[in-house]
Amino acid sequence: MEPTNTLFMAKAVIILVVFAITLGVAAYSTYFERKIAAFMQDRVGPDRAGPFGILQPLADAVKMFMKEDFIPSHANKWLFIMGPCLSMLTALMTSAVIPFGDTVTVAGVTFDLQGIDVNIGILWVFGIVSLGVYGILIGGWASNNKYALLGGIRAASQNISYELAMGLSIIAILMFSGSLSTKTIVEAQQNGHWNIFYQPLGFIIFIVCAFAECNRTPFDLPECETELIGGYHTEYSSMKLGFYLFAEYINMFISGAVMATLFFGGYDYPGYEFVANKLGETPAAFIGAGALIGKALFFVFVFMWVRWTLPRFRYDQLMNLGWTGLIPLSIYNVLVTGIGILSGQPIIAGIAGFVLLILGLIIYDQLTVKKKIA
Amino acid sequence: MEVSNYWYFLSGLTLLSALMVVLSKNPIHSVLYLVFTFFCISGHYVLLNAQFLMAVNIIVYAGAIMVLFLFVIMMFDLKKNIPDSKTNLTKLAGTVVAGSVLVILVAAFRTIQYPTPDESTFNPNNGMVENLGKVLYSEYLLPFELVTVLFFVAMVGSVMLGKREVGDRNF
Amino acid sequence: MSQHIPSISNFSLSDPNKYSVENLRSEEMIISLGPQHPSTHGVLRLEVVSDGEVVVDVVPHLGFLHRCFEKHAESLPFNQIIPYVDRLDYLASMNCEHAYVMGVEKMLNLEGKLPKRIEYIRVLVAELNRIASHFVAIGTYGMDIGAYTPFLWLMRDREHIQRLLEWLSGARMLYNYIWVGGLFYDLPEGFEQKVAELVPLIKTTIKEVKTLVEENAIFIKRTANIGVLDRDLAISYGCTGPVLRGSGLAFDLRKVDAYSVYPELEFIVPTGKGLVGTVGDCWDRNHVRVLECEESLGIIEQCIDKLLGEHKRTPEFKPQEMVPKKIRPAAMDMYVRAENPKGELGFFIRTDGRSDIPQRLKVRACSFHHLSVLPTLSRGAYLADLVAIVGSLDLVMGEVDR
Repeated sequence: MEPTNTLFMAKAVIILVVFAITLGVAAYSTYFERKIAAFMQDRVGPDRAGPFGILQPLADAVKMFMKEDFIPSHANKWLFIMGPCLSMLTALMTSAVIPFGDTVTVAGVTFDLQGIDVNIGILWVFGIVSLGVYGILIGGWASNNKYALLGGIRAASQNISYELAMGLSIIAILMFSGSLSTKTIVEAQQNGHWNIFYQPLGFIIFIVCAFAECNRTPFDLPECETELIGGYHTEYSSMKLGFYLFAEYINMFISGAVMATLFFGGYDYPGYEFVANKLGETPAAFIGAGALIGKALFFVFVFMWVRWTLPRFRYDQLMNLGWTGLIPLSIYNVLVTGIGILSGQPIIAGIAGFVLLILGLIIYDQLTVKKKIA
Repeated sequence: MEVSNYWYFLSGLTLLSALMVVLSKNPIHSVLYLVFTFFCISGHYVLLNAQFLMAVNIIVYAGAIMVLFLFVIMMFDLKKNIPDSKTNLTKLAGTVVAGSVLVILVAAFRTIQYPTPDESTFNPNNGMVENLGKVLYSEYLLPFELVTVLFFVAMVGSVMLGKREVGDRNF
Repeated sequence: MSQHIPSISNFSLSDPNKYSVENLRSEEMIISLGPQHPSTHGVLRLEVVSDGEVVVDVVPHLGFLHRCFEKHAESLPFNQIIPYVDRLDYLASMNCEHAYVMGVEKMLNLEGKLPKRIEYIRVLVAELNRIASHFVAIGTYGMDIGAYTPFLWLMRDREHIQRLLEWLSGARMLYNYIWVGGLFYDLPEGFEQKVAELVPLIKTTIKEVKTLVEENAIFIKRTANIGVLDRDLAISYGCTGPVLRGSGLAFDLRKVDAYSVYPELEFIVPTGKGLVGTVGDCWDRNHVRVLECEESLGIIEQCIDKLLGEHKRTPEFKPQEMVPKKIRPAAMDMYVRAENPKGELGFFIRTDGRSDIPQRLKVRACSFHHLSVLPTLSRGAYLADLVAIVGSLDLVMGEVDR
């Protein structure tokens, strides 16, 4: 085979594997979401299908396919079908630029464990994420239901608002790495120089925005049950509903992977050198891919942890937080980072910004909440 | 497959979806076709090796501006607000105007010698983000800054327009 | 914002909606919230006229759970009405029974003649049920705001209470335990000890809920200064219970009327103080319920002390000793009221003195009065606030529709 063809095959295999991992993780996220919720709420959770209920996602899939696929008579039929498809499509496209691992050599072919390494990697993620809202918006409108419409409208304004703060929080990262390529960003963080140490504030802004972009509690207003019944997916049933829910879990996993890539060193892990010396580069790179997935899964856990702990915001409070809280904060972060880079002590600037934030939070909490109630 | 084949395919798709924007009766469909048109244009940027422009085109136009378009159109009661069908006179006027614009454009393209880049000196990485940034922040710094001022003014203006005084109605 | 209320035309009672689309402004729409909506706490239908997310007006539509309680009661002997009374406020059946039985005993001049042990047992089970009812209210309120975990914690502990009451009466929710002139049974052996074991458990749960929900910044943001019910407004609408006490008036029938053995027990009446916002907001109403749970625990502890000490179990004690064979009160009009978890539950009973069934039995249901405040509270609020307000009023549709 020609080298280009081999490389093409390798990339195809990577894309397939990434696809499979993403879908598998998303399927098992539903199981772990329920297990974690059960643990937090002093319950058992799913335990009927297979040992410890680990076949529950399969049972759920069967259930989803078997249910009546209902299309309301006044709905716009094609757009109604298009909504969940778009959600799923955009959710799956994001993982293309995430570097899952370093260079590996398998059967004499050397390649990166990454779908595509474009020099605008992180912008690609943003572009796709900003398209994710179409699925919700179209599905919400096509249902011809007031709750669904309100959910769609909430989703659109929420996603647009939080994308700004998210983009601004990444600018500080780009100032360090000097490149938009995800691969370069990860390579700049090797050997423990993770961006989280330099950018704690940026990370907090990013994770809050990720919650909002994934429509998770405390920002799950587009689908909040107690106000809008199901929000944009009120009228959906069967696998169309399944696609919406699935897309949400995929988004969670992908945003976890993006956070790991941008802030937690990507596929870097302590002892990489040691493993590389002992076993060789290729096994070390594969362990690195495992490390990245592990980090992403940890963030998925954080998503669930928060969901079962916090109440949700009101629509105007959410907008207020986004526009008057996070955006000025991220501009402040960019400023602090600039000062840090100019003075040559980025880590001090990062930590100073973080300490300031924590102090502010503690003082706010003590003054407004604890003092009054206790 | 040759690159030019991609180009033909993309151009055809672009034209088709752009036509559908105009022809489709449902405004929501129009907006969605327009989004698709932007995607095709982004494809052209990729063919030109201008990945940054492609991403920005998607983020800004498809991801933000068209969402707002869709947002606004969704608020309409489409059953009530169907535009009146055009009279024959307006149809005729439209055809004449569009036809003359087409003739002028074709004539202009025929007379202008469109410069093809010299293959020996052409830098295929011209559209890459590094080069774009260097050009933008050195040669075109002043226009760039002026554009930011313009944006700022527009933003303040829209905030002023959108702000509701106490007791005001929404619309 | 100036208050705008759309005009109504050609409204007849058989219409499904009070407002019609033709009379609304172009930006307003009618949202039908319920009767199957998850946050209306039962089968309540709210017709919401909203301007986007802002509520312009709310019209409650009732009657989905109407079971003709009052009409049924006119054809049943007094003791057979008790199971129906259970189904009024089905979350606090013991309290409903207590109130009704007190009224019938008053008509029979049995008041104050019953053994003290019976009275203490009645107060004990009523307070247990009060905690169970408040737990449902606090838990579902957290769920309305979006916090699911506290709901299940509270349901878990409510389950302990329900098991105790099941042990006592044989039923989980609709007990038929308190009888006219006595009780169905004495407490089962070991019941007092089990209740004493449960008290510290519930105390920890209340503490957990306080830290997890009440002090949560998002929860405070969602409930403080929302749905502020002025004290005068609360009085003029006939609000009672935690809703009125949340507005700052320490009005508790257990203190005011001092019925049963409540005068012998020590407890305070918690009121809303506007700790995080204005007096009478949603947070205050919820907080009053939490504090009342703690007070009820105190009452339960005192009852247990009395039931194990002064009025302890004796072989001679027969809970059905005083139960009349035939209940035939003299002709009279009688109104009895008692402090239910949700507010004042009142029974108006008219008898003619010739039969053993009431001529008329009218229920004054507190939830009905609380529901009538809803439109006033929620005009101009957000749609999410409407949910918060409905939750803070703690409506039980069984009582509203009867």
